[in-house]
Amino acid sequence: MKKTLTTTVPAALVALGLATAAQAEIRIGASVSSTGPAAFLGDPEAKTLEMMVEDLNAKGGINGEQVELVLYDDGGDANKARTFATRLIEDDEVQAIVGGSTTGTTMAILSVAEDAEIPFVSLAGAIDIIQPVKTFTFKTPHTDRMACQKIFTDMQARGFTKVGLISGTDGFGASMQAQCKDVVGDYGIEIVADETYDPKDADMTAQLTKIKNADGVQAVLNPGFGQGPAIVTRNYRQLGIELPLYQSHGVASDSFIELAGKDAAEGVRLPGTALLVAGLLPESDPQKPVVTEYKAAYEAKYNQPVSTFGGYAHDGLALVVDAITRAGSAEPAAIRDALEATSGLVGTTGIYTMSPEDHLGLDLSAFRMLEVKDGGWTIVE
Amino acid sequence: MRISTKYWTLLFLAALIAVTPFFFPSGYYFRVGSLLFVNGLAVTGIVILTGYAGQISLGHAGFAGIGGYACALAPVHWGVPPALAVVLGAAVSGVLAYLVGRPILRLKGYYLGVASLGFGILVAMVLNNERALTRGPDGIEVPDLGLRGLLKDWGLNLTNGEFWYVVTGICLLIGAWIALNLHSSPTGRALRALHGSEVAAGTVGIDVARVKLQAFVISAIYASVAGSLLALQNKFITPDVAGFLHSVEMVTMAVLGGVSSVPGAILGAGVLTLLPQVLTVFAEYEQLILGLVMMLVMIFLPEGLVPSILRRLRGRDE
Amino acid sequence: MSELLQFVFSGMTVGAVYALVALGFTIIFNASGVVNFAQGEFVMLGGMITVFAHASGLPLPLAALIAVAVTAAVGVALNRLAIEPARGAPVVSLIIITIGASIFIRGASQLVFDKQIHSFPAFSGDDPIHVLGATILTQSLWVIGGAIAIFVGLWLFFTKTLLGRAVLATSNNRLAAQLVGINTKFVMTLSFALSAAIGALGGVLVTPITLTSYDVGLALALKGFAAAMLGGMGNPKGAFVGGLLLGLLEALTAGYLSSQYKDAAAFIIILAVLFFMPQGLFGRKSTDRV
Repeated sequence: MKKTLTTTVPAALVALGLATAAQAEIRIGASVSSTGPAAFLGDPEAKTLEMMVEDLNAKGGINGEQVELVLYDDGGDANKARTFATRLIEDDEVQAIVGGSTTGTTMAILSVAEDAEIPFVSLAGAIDIIQPVKTFTFKTPHTDRMACQKIFTDMQARGFTKVGLISGTDGFGASMQAQCKDVVGDYGIEIVADETYDPKDADMTAQLTKIKNADGVQAVLNPGFGQGPAIVTRNYRQLGIELPLYQSHGVASDSFIELAGKDAAEGVRLPGTALLVAGLLPESDPQKPVVTEYKAAYEAKYNQPVSTFGGYAHDGLALVVDAITRAGSAEPAAIRDALEATSGLVGTTGIYTMSPEDHLGLDLSAFRMLEVKDGGWTIVE
Repeated sequence: MRISTKYWTLLFLAALIAVTPFFFPSGYYFRVGSLLFVNGLAVTGIVILTGYAGQISLGHAGFAGIGGYACALAPVHWGVPPALAVVLGAAVSGVLAYLVGRPILRLKGYYLGVASLGFGILVAMVLNNERALTRGPDGIEVPDLGLRGLLKDWGLNLTNGEFWYVVTGICLLIGAWIALNLHSSPTGRALRALHGSEVAAGTVGIDVARVKLQAFVISAIYASVAGSLLALQNKFITPDVAGFLHSVEMVTMAVLGGVSSVPGAILGAGVLTLLPQVLTVFAEYEQLILGLVMMLVMIFLPEGLVPSILRRLRGRDE
Repeated sequence: MSELLQFVFSGMTVGAVYALVALGFTIIFNASGVVNFAQGEFVMLGGMITVFAHASGLPLPLAALIAVAVTAAVGVALNRLAIEPARGAPVVSLIIITIGASIFIRGASQLVFDKQIHSFPAFSGDDPIHVLGATILTQSLWVIGGAIAIFVGLWLFFTKTLLGRAVLATSNNRLAAQLVGINTKFVMTLSFALSAAIGALGGVLVTPITLTSYDVGLALALKGFAAAMLGGMGNPKGAFVGGLLLGLLEALTAGYLSSQYKDAAAFIIILAVLFFMPQGLFGRKSTDRV
């Protein structure tokens, strides 16, 4: 998946009279999972990165210098991700890396990047990536722990104390399941049923029947991504379970409603980002212009709805571009220092303010509790 | 004649490993080289099982997973030094192969395939689900081998890539040497006899079940050590290493290069290790081309690259 | 009671999906002795082509028909371009060819279609049927009915028709079959077309339940292969019973023991069955010729 975008924009450059400056000075590397089990995450990420770099170069690059994006597809395999990270750093000589769609691939890239002292912005969820803080590693998505906290806060407000859990056994589902079980006690909530399913399973009624029959269960939470949660949601309605159903940020996209079916998805709640409800945000919302612009550009170019994951890539690249601009240099060390000093950068996921102790820079406020109403997303709060 | 072929093969392999680094433009090539050697080692085990003994396994990645996770878990939980963890993983794999192999090696062809597949999936499933121990699908860190630091103290300063290139290269040479020796040993002859016909081998007094089991255990140890080397080199491992796709990859590498010969299988490992790196320039067409190459090689060189090409060369000489 | 019934319904739904995939394996295996690991891709193609034809405005039955026809053509092409030219190659080489074909088809679908997850409406609506406190989707009945129809059809084909016997004869001894006047080349073409069509039909039936995307084939092929081996490869009865059994085992394990290890339970049962019946439940006993 290597693409040299500098070759795709010469027309724009000629128009600007800048064709002689086509030699890219800034090289940004990316290894994402465009194929494989995590293609659901990696595909929109790759598309977003390509679109943004093209756009950036058409607008004259960063500080007048063209940007080259070197993009690889690791297929969700940590071993491949490590090889591509090595290739990006030692062969392509990039100054920064954005990528790592899954926690597994992120951990593989992370160790190479830290050794080589190259700044790395991860697009994966697990809290372990930035806690404890690693010198060169940053990340853009909320941690799955924060997603659990957001959901349990909402459950607590609705007076639920006993909930059932049904999780996918993929990395995303398993990690969030563990985090949720870890924090659930803080909210006075008890998990009375804890079931799992394989991401490729065709029917989850057996697991849901067990949850339905669990003693005193008041709500159900489904950490997972891909088609699993859509099937869970359908089976949930098939069994006629009337309890509130919560999904995770892993399915925060319009296609979830479409796949689960409008009727089945009605009333489902999940913690999502501003991107999903761009049209519903008040004009005063600082994120409104950013999410509206990204959504319009992406949907026009690829004819597909935006997803939260593409948004993570958007923010990852935006962070790096902002850091290089402020640093006035594309030296890896300078980019790292500038990344750590990021302050008030408005992204699609939230508003980032980093510090030496916090390489994520988001808080719970960026998560919005969304609910499906009449086949569309609405903001609950 | 046979003995000299064996040493020529090893000498050629050693020379190749030693000389190519002088042409590497960057450190990344050491990484690809060491991956190739790790795959080559695993595939050499497949040669013993499939090439010599004629048995199919679609679950050998399970042993690679055991070897890999031994290096991740044993040093942390039981204070075993990482180098010893490799041996521990190999021992566990060997014992497990013995226990599993006894019942399933009675099966033939596809039935053996599905039984070994089941074994591999069980291992992958345990690694995925036993989160408390293995940290689940997101993978787990593996402690440093510590040897590179030791070499540094002795004044031999290698980069991480160079170090692993050397270590895996040496391991591959040792693995190839053992496999080639086995080929000309009495056990090797017994194995090849039963590959020809199990019934015939039985009638001339070969203990078919025992010899098959030996091949299965030895090849499991190869896969285990390869998994350990991969884990130690990456300092990180995920359950994917034990997955079905990895099992299929091993068999594909061996068959593509020529499952009946050690150098053939290593070449197959080389092709399938390098191909994805080369194909990155084709972007979305990568999968398409990979599938096409596999089909074309098997259609036109059904015995694999090395044996088929050798046969053609010999045919031309005569 | 209603709990048990729900687990059984769940198992039947999933089992019928496995049975449909497993049935697709039997014809090619019977004709050529090859387990076609690209069988899952036929199922995927059936689903994906229907999705895209339907989205372009065609009515669902027509879209499904096109999907089945196109996939059958892909099956024929696979035979002509990859299997026939490699005739006489070792079985393990043929396995690699079908795995290569599977990767190739997946790679092509990713280019022709996309990487999103898709579905189309269930044939008879989404309202479940209630039986004694348990529920089952009408689409599950379609899948189960489809699996039964294909099973009966195949059974009749292999036992009652001349063509079906010709397929079996070709598998037993290709040369002898040719000598008694069977056009083995035609038999092979027909087998691949039929297998692919059955796979595609399966894909059409299951997509409203399982959803589909370019990469669903591998997981389906794996489960279908296991089901076919459990029942005994090559026997339609084995494929049908093996599929249902596998689905029921998974659902009952998920219901009563542990959903985490439901696949493990299924494979342990397969290992146990093969230990006592090395040819699967209904497999033909074969002896080595020396």
